[in-house]
Amino acid sequence: MIKILKYSFYDLMRSRWSYVYFLFYLALGFVLLFLNNDLSKAVITLMNIIVVLVPLIGTIFGIMYYYNSREFAELLLALPVRRSSIFLGQYFGVAGSLTLSLVLGLGIPFAAYGLFRSSAVWDFSLLLVTGAFLTLIFTALSFNIALANENRIKGFGYAVLLWLLLAVIYDGLFLLSLILLEEYPLDNFSLAATLLNPVDLSRTLILLKLDISALLGYTGAVFKEFFGTHTGLLVSLSTLVIWTFLPVWRLSVQCRKKDF
Amino acid sequence: MIEVENLHKKFGKNTVLTGLHLKIEGGGIYAVLGPNGSGKTTLIKSILGMVVPDKGRIRVNGQDTLRQHKYREDLSYLPQIANFPGNLSVSELLAMIVDLRRQEARQQELIAEFGLEPFLKKKLNTLSGGTRQKVNLALTFMFDSPLYILDEPTTGLDPASLIRLKERIRLEKSRGKLFLVTTHIMQFVEELADEVIYLLEGRIYFKGTLDQLRKRTGQDDVEHAIAAISTQEPHD
Repeated sequence: MIKILKYSFYDLMRSRWSYVYFLFYLALGFVLLFLNNDLSKAVITLMNIIVVLVPLIGTIFGIMYYYNSREFAELLLALPVRRSSIFLGQYFGVAGSLTLSLVLGLGIPFAAYGLFRSSAVWDFSLLLVTGAFLTLIFTALSFNIALANENRIKGFGYAVLLWLLLAVIYDGLFLLSLILLEEYPLDNFSLAATLLNPVDLSRTLILLKLDISALLGYTGAVFKEFFGTHTGLLVSLSTLVIWTFLPVWRLSVQCRKKDF
Repeated sequence: MIEVENLHKKFGKNTVLTGLHLKIEGGGIYAVLGPNGSGKTTLIKSILGMVVPDKGRIRVNGQDTLRQHKYREDLSYLPQIANFPGNLSVSELLAMIVDLRRQEARQQELIAEFGLEPFLKKKLNTLSGGTRQKVNLALTFMFDSPLYILDEPTTGLDPASLIRLKERIRLEKSRGKLFLVTTHIMQFVEELADEVIYLLEGRIYFKGTLDQLRKRTGQDDVEHAIAAISTQEPHD
């Protein structure tokens, strides 16, 4: 698996898109710092962008890479290599190179601005960790979708729909249900609803760390009240780990059953 | 060498293989023929482990193939569509496959044979279809495997390369290797094949030498004999 990972990673490191992604984050980091003139504020703005954009890019990159490397995967399938190694290797190659673009693209401008001398360094690190998790989760979800759909257009459609659902529609439905059910106690419901969506979970996680009650919103407040800041951080981080593990595990099971 | 017992495979509602039996011992060149959709590719991919059979058993060199990967050390496969990661150069691709297989490879010999030296530093996505097929061939024959599975090996080749390919196949055959080849080019079959395996409707309809085929159909021309065979009673 490590070998396949290495080659997928090399392949991606040479592709134009990794650089586009890297340069985009680099530009974003500099622009935010320039406009905000303050590290902590830039971190908050960045969070709002990361929780929406990173999943989208992970999804699209994942699905594109899978379909583009399909024939190559067929070549590898005829070699004495385990199937799960092939697909997990490719998956970690994509997710790894995306994470690297994210970390370097944002890390360089913030480090240049004096991140290591400021108090925001842990907030910022957590932001990058969350970004890495979101990349791993959404790339794994998109690989699952791609593996289940031979038809590229359909696979692409489902993947974008999944992103739309988790990043945009979910919040709307969530809010709507809170309004409709306002007469009932909703603490547990909103807790569960947050844990069930990695995007909401990441947002809550960062806000808990930043400790900005004004931005926490209803769910964040419930989360904080229920778990406290430290347990809350721990619970949300471990839920993110589960969110990463499940689609990766399903990927390795699904690829063993599939016909190529 | 290859044993296939009672192989069944369905893709959705589409039944492709229905209880296929095949046993091949020793070396030689076997042409797998049949009309489009007769299950040639599915049979080959089942042997390669790319398609998971619904029922039945396949053994290569005495080893069960289901969900295994070790047995593939004994075989080399030439896929029909050669599509490689475009950002790699030819020499990187060759080195990578050698690295992944961890077997001894005669890289230089094959690079020279198919005239690939000028392309070694070129990226794969800049190569023409025919050159890619040559890279594909070099990748396949680089390894000294007892079993070669070739899916439409002649696609896109110029006459000079085609001659080299045939020479290479004859050479490996003389070393006692086994070939499974699918092709629609009858001239290729006539020149090279020792035996013909004719698939129809998911079963083996005929298996035998070209002479047996000619005798059975009463046709001297292989192309006509192949065309005539499906109108006859199945072979047991």
